[in-house]
Amino acid sequence: MELGFTTAAYAVAAVLFILSLGGLSGQESAKRAVWYGIVGMFIAVVATLIGPGSGLWLLSLVLIAGGAVVGYQLATKVEMTQMPELVAGMHALVGLAAVFIGFNAHIMIGYVDNHLAENGAQLGGALANGTWIQSVEKAVLEPLSAFGQLIAKKTTVEITILKIELVLGVWIGAVTFTGSYVAWGKLSGKVDSAATKLPGGHMLNAAAAGASLILAIIYFSTGALLPLVLLTLLALFIGWHLIMGIGGADMPVVVSMLNSYSGWAAAAIGFSLGNDLLIVVGALVGSSGAILSYIMCKAMNRSFVSVILGGFGGPAGEQMAVEGEQIAIEADGVATALNEADSVIIIPGYGMAVAQAQQGVAELTRKLRAAGKEVRFAIHPVAGRLPGHMNVLLAEAKVPYDIVLEMDEINDDFPDTDVAIVIGSNDIVNPAAQDDPNSPIAGMPVLECWKAKQVFVSKRGQGTGYSGIENPLFFKENTRMFYGDAKQSIDKLLPMID
Amino acid sequence: MKIGTPKEIFEGERRVAMTPESAAALQKLGHDCVVETGAGAEAGFSDADYKAAGVEVVKTAAALWKAADIVAKVRAPDATEMKRLREDQTLISFFSPVADEAKMQSAAKKGATVVAMEMIPRISRAQKMDALSSMANIAGYRAVIEAGNNFGRFFTGQITAAGKVPPAKVLVVGAGVAGLAAIGTSTSLGAITYAFDVRPEVAEQVESMGAEFVYLDFEEEQQDGSSSGGYASVSSPEFREAQLAKFRELAPEMDIVITTALIPNREAPELWTEDMVKSMKPGSVIVDLAAEKGGNCKLTVADEKIVTENGVTIIGYTDFPSRMATQSSSLYATNIRHLMTDLTPEKDGVINHDMEDDVIRGATIAHAKEVTFPPPPPKVAAIAAAPKKEAAKELTPEEKRAEEVAAFKAQTKNQVTLLAIGGALVLLAGLYTPASFMQHFIVFVLSVFIGFQVIWGVAHSLHTPLMAVTNAISSIVILGALIQIGSSSGVITFLAIFGIFMAAINIFGGFLVTRRMLAMFQKS
Repeated sequence: MELGFTTAAYAVAAVLFILSLGGLSGQESAKRAVWYGIVGMFIAVVATLIGPGSGLWLLSLVLIAGGAVVGYQLATKVEMTQMPELVAGMHALVGLAAVFIGFNAHIMIGYVDNHLAENGAQLGGALANGTWIQSVEKAVLEPLSAFGQLIAKKTTVEITILKIELVLGVWIGAVTFTGSYVAWGKLSGKVDSAATKLPGGHMLNAAAAGASLILAIIYFSTGALLPLVLLTLLALFIGWHLIMGIGGADMPVVVSMLNSYSGWAAAAIGFSLGNDLLIVVGALVGSSGAILSYIMCKAMNRSFVSVILGGFGGPAGEQMAVEGEQIAIEADGVATALNEADSVIIIPGYGMAVAQAQQGVAELTRKLRAAGKEVRFAIHPVAGRLPGHMNVLLAEAKVPYDIVLEMDEINDDFPDTDVAIVIGSNDIVNPAAQDDPNSPIAGMPVLECWKAKQVFVSKRGQGTGYSGIENPLFFKENTRMFYGDAKQSIDKLLPMID
Repeated sequence: MKIGTPKEIFEGERRVAMTPESAAALQKLGHDCVVETGAGAEAGFSDADYKAAGVEVVKTAAALWKAADIVAKVRAPDATEMKRLREDQTLISFFSPVADEAKMQSAAKKGATVVAMEMIPRISRAQKMDALSSMANIAGYRAVIEAGNNFGRFFTGQITAAGKVPPAKVLVVGAGVAGLAAIGTSTSLGAITYAFDVRPEVAEQVESMGAEFVYLDFEEEQQDGSSSGGYASVSSPEFREAQLAKFRELAPEMDIVITTALIPNREAPELWTEDMVKSMKPGSVIVDLAAEKGGNCKLTVADEKIVTENGVTIIGYTDFPSRMATQSSSLYATNIRHLMTDLTPEKDGVINHDMEDDVIRGATIAHAKEVTFPPPPPKVAAIAAAPKKEAAKELTPEEKRAEEVAAFKAQTKNQVTLLAIGGALVLLAGLYTPASFMQHFIVFVLSVFIGFQVIWGVAHSLHTPLMAVTNAISSIVILGALIQIGSSSGVITFLAIFGIFMAAINIFGGFLVTRRMLAMFQKS
């Protein structure tokens, strides 16, 4: 097949990918949109396989089939609560693939250089108008692969740009790989989720980044393998150290940031391979992740930089003292209040995901709705460990999505609500964000559940949340603490609801 | 202490302030009880019943007043009874401090303590003693029964073999306790019930009882009932006009009208005018529960039932609770008993008239030789004040326009700056890079732009599927590996093999997981 056909197929695939992302604007259109993505990917892969420059297509097919089997296993076995770590883990794969492809490009440059030298030509010897300084027989180019031919036809400037693109692809890919790997470890509990840094902290990262830059410049001028390998090692270190320094509750930002990185890595690879589809998709994914990170940061009222640099800033002054005491309540008390209530809002958080309580919560919702009560869910944008984490868990438990509302949609309804139930969330319902200008989370938009007539907080114990700040909500007069594991608590509650 | 209840002197009054049941409870507080003979006869409690409950029965009223330290009765004392009231005696009864001011003064002068049941403040804690509410409840119920008794048709609509019967239409004006009781009774009898009240916040209560709230098209800050302890207050003339206009519109359709509008310590407002009565159908019934205070309808004659020229029956009875004497006596006696419980905190038969207590202070109108009316405002607000809605600052059109223009300018400035910087950077790059790079670069810039436009539209709840999908499609890097695998270099092929394998895992895993997630999103 000719290059023209492949390019046309890429155009079709690009349009399908754009539609696939655009279709996620609604639950119904999303079901169609995912098919656009699948078809787009299919067209792209087939067009590449039958297009110019590919070889070993049988091996490729076998490899894809092998990947399909593993991917299928992963996708069907995974619990919805493990979704964050799955997504993070898969980012690692993309990052690593990008590193490999970048290295291949480097090897290819060396290979083409050798090949041309053997035949009395020189790399970068082509002129911009396509003619050669020294005449090169067509036969010389013939044994090269399509990518090799592409390199051979480049001018010196173009070769340098190729190297820049390649370094960028490798560097971002490597950061994505270790970063995603650590994120996966933290999310699946294999690595302590607390923020840990090596002595030197961010200076170490900055130093590594500076060293990477120097190595990159050395690489551009010499084209040697060693600086590239060293640079890759440094990038791997940065990815690891950067994400180690970010705590569990900031994971939504981290995961979407890594998502963005994997996109930019793909785009950089696309530049070095001269493949427009890679550039398009990489740019789409990159900007998508960037926007998600921005939305998450805004929901926490923190700048992207402060999240990336890790941890919360120290309090700006004396924090308001919390008065009162936490009053505990047993399941029967909660059940009585729920039976008497007409309207209920449930605020799930990471605690619900940890305790796997979503099925119980859904059952509770069904029972309450059957009794004619209005039950809704209020979802804070950063609830959970992944953007939209709670929505997915509730959807898994078959909670209809039209009663699951965003913060802005439901915040004004709390004063008219009889009972608000907080299940495993803490900072996102902390009134200190509004009342106490010195609180570390001051200014962060929160769910104003304390305005409901009664608030029940299902919580493991008396500890503070991720940010380590006291939550005055727990001490409010209309708040009762329903201590215990979220799942067990809900299970205890269920039979008492009529 | 000895609590005594005389026989009511007021003509037609059949209630009694103590029942054998309440007497038993009072004795548990350490009190002795005494009644005048025949006091409960009309309410269905015989002297024998009282005796059985351990109550002393005395022959005459005079003897009772003499014996009792505390006299509990229903109606306000008449002149004879006022004479019998003596120093240090406590009188508990309905007692209007405004209408019966002279009696209140003389009682205070004598040194007697008077607790007026009307004056029990409307706070949650005092609900169990709120005799006005318990009596109003009965009055509301009875009003519907009386109306039905005088109405020639069914309440409920029926289609029978003998023909079709339309349902009765009932309008209840004033949705206080009596009004709500009337609404409840009327709807449960099957009538189509409408209700009106000047306090729009009761609309919810009305609707919960199954009636339809009549809204006025009236733009004014409507009354906040919480400022006056849950009672209605006087409304503005404009509001009144709008209200009357609405009633005029409803009058010809209504079969039964029950008016319950009362404003504390004032004459009842006129709500159902003569022309409305005239426009009603013959056979319609009006029950005026405000008859005692002059009536919501000026044609009402207190304590009587009249029929107008156009055949509308107007019932002006003032003794609805008394018409259900057994029920009302037991409720009233229970109210008294609860009050006594508060007055006897130690349950030792000793009265502690605590003037610091909101409820007791509020209800006491004469104590220690002094008139103690009106009481200071209660420490606990009866009903939480409705939060004042913060009036959105009204902007003049010019101001609004100016604001819009300023916002527009700021936005334009922002955008232009960004575009200028971005454009300059791109141009700068174009100066130093070859055309072949710029071709790809255009694609890149446009894609980033499309990405930004498209992703903003993604629903919040779909952020996780979005991540899974972008993750799947970012494995488009497989194309790079596919191109490279055919290389003649072994290392390249080897690395490409890994690249293809990992990217393939990602493609399938990513898309499958997305599909799984999206399939879970269901509408109810």
